[in-house]
Amino acid sequence: MAAMNSPTALQRFHAYANPARFMALSSRLVAPLWILSVLVLGAGLWFALFDSPPDYQQGETVRIMYVHVPSAWLSMFGYGVMAFASAVGLVFRHPLSDVCAKSAAPIGASFTFLALLTGSLWGQPMWGTWWEWDARMTSVLILFFLYLGYIALWATIEEPVRAARAAAVLALVGAINIPIIRYSVVWWNTLHQPASVFRMDGPSIAPAMLLPLGLMGVGFTLLFITLLLVRMRAEVMRRRVRNLRLATAGAAAEG
Amino acid sequence: MDEIFHMGGYAFYVWSAYGAAFAVIVALVWHSVADYRAQTRLAETLEKAAGGRVRRAAHLERETGEDAS
Amino acid sequence: MMRAFLALLARDLRLAVRLGGGGGMAVFFFLIVISLLPLGIGPDRALLAKVAPGMLWVALLLAALLTLDRLFQADYEDGSLDLLTMGPLPLELVVVAKAVGHWLTTGLPLVVAAPLLGVLLNLPGEAYPPMMAAMLIGTPALSFLGAIGAALTVGIRRGGLLASLLVLPFYIPVLIFGVGAADAAAGGFSGEAGRQSLLLLGAVALASLVLGPLGGAAALRANLR
Repeated sequence: MAAMNSPTALQRFHAYANPARFMALSSRLVAPLWILSVLVLGAGLWFALFDSPPDYQQGETVRIMYVHVPSAWLSMFGYGVMAFASAVGLVFRHPLSDVCAKSAAPIGASFTFLALLTGSLWGQPMWGTWWEWDARMTSVLILFFLYLGYIALWATIEEPVRAARAAAVLALVGAINIPIIRYSVVWWNTLHQPASVFRMDGPSIAPAMLLPLGLMGVGFTLLFITLLLVRMRAEVMRRRVRNLRLATAGAAAEG
Repeated sequence: MDEIFHMGGYAFYVWSAYGAAFAVIVALVWHSVADYRAQTRLAETLEKAAGGRVRRAAHLERETGEDAS
Repeated sequence: MMRAFLALLARDLRLAVRLGGGGGMAVFFFLIVISLLPLGIGPDRALLAKVAPGMLWVALLLAALLTLDRLFQADYEDGSLDLLTMGPLPLELVVVAKAVGHWLTTGLPLVVAAPLLGVLLNLPGEAYPPMMAAMLIGTPALSFLGAIGAALTVGIRRGGLLASLLVLPFYIPVLIFGVGAADAAAGGFSGEAGRQSLLLLGAVALASLVLGPLGGAAALRANLR
């Protein structure tokens, strides 16, 4: 009898205790995280725009790096968070990890878009073209497509548990495929030997540039975490709303 | 100050990049916070409208519906 | 188990033959897209020869995508997919049977049609053997990777379009290595690249033979509870 009861007790623990604890914990974290993100980003911006030297080759355009590189970092970090949360969700059936994976996707997609956009704005003055089909930009573009597909799948399946499983499978298949895609793109790029417009590793980073880059990187990551928490909280509330609606509908049908 | 806005002749690219980053981040923050607020408000009104009895029903629903979900 | 697998495969093939559609429609689509190309970029034979391998592959990918929703959707609607999940066959093998069936009825006809369409595009003669080899190796990967997308979107109304969007990024390695083989023979690159791309294409195909059934079965389990 006790053995029969224990799985449902465990399920109930998974389903309800943890989101409640998450809401309590995160509500105390959100405000300090906002403040910290703004402070670090503000300091980073100050150094990035006013108190760092122009590059000896790239001149002032090197300042684009301070938003471009952190965005590119978050585009990968976001997918990592999403894939990890998806794996945890698939294995342990933990609803919070589904919520986490779902919430990470739009943030990651936004920063991937930003990385492409700022890369393009950096490319035009440096290589004389808005878009270059080099291995790096091409694979970031494909990563953007993977994000969009993931978001589209979530948006299409109405029932959250089912959507979470399907999306998790997609995220994991994507995570396995990303290295293969990346390798194939690099191979393709070396085959079509580019007219060597540019070399990304050209400018060696001066120590004075490391400070703003590091600050912006930390600031962007803090912002990501804060946004992730806020979106997860919104998602938990959305599920609560859904449950309440179902319950009212059920009660109305019975009553 | 002029020098900074001029950006060594690359003002358009540098400021566009920062402007785009700013716009995307503000949109993301706004959307996230607005969504959270809307969902919270919705949950509160639903809970209030439902009252205690239906909330108990909601609980029952969850318990019986557990296998189906 | 083997018997159940073969029975499922035979049933799929019989259905495909009886109902027609699928493969024939894909080949027709392939033909139309390739015919549109000269109308789009002009009848310059040198230019057509240059873009032929890439265009043949892109059109083939699109044609294969077009039929993905036939993989599970019909079985989902008439309930036989539910029976299959409860049957003796592991879900992974069900996906294998479905993907093999899809390849035999769609991938293979497309590969057979490709050289004829190559003539339309003035593809150089020496490019035919490597392109055919690459397509024979690559198209099973399309069916197996496509099975993941089809399984993910099973039960979704108009899931076919979404499946295409989900699967296309995963087709990129097949496209790159497939075109690489034919391009190398057409004289674009040194000969070594052609052999290398065939080997890499084989590796991608083998990986998809593993990934497709695993991912497809997991996706079906998610959607069929």
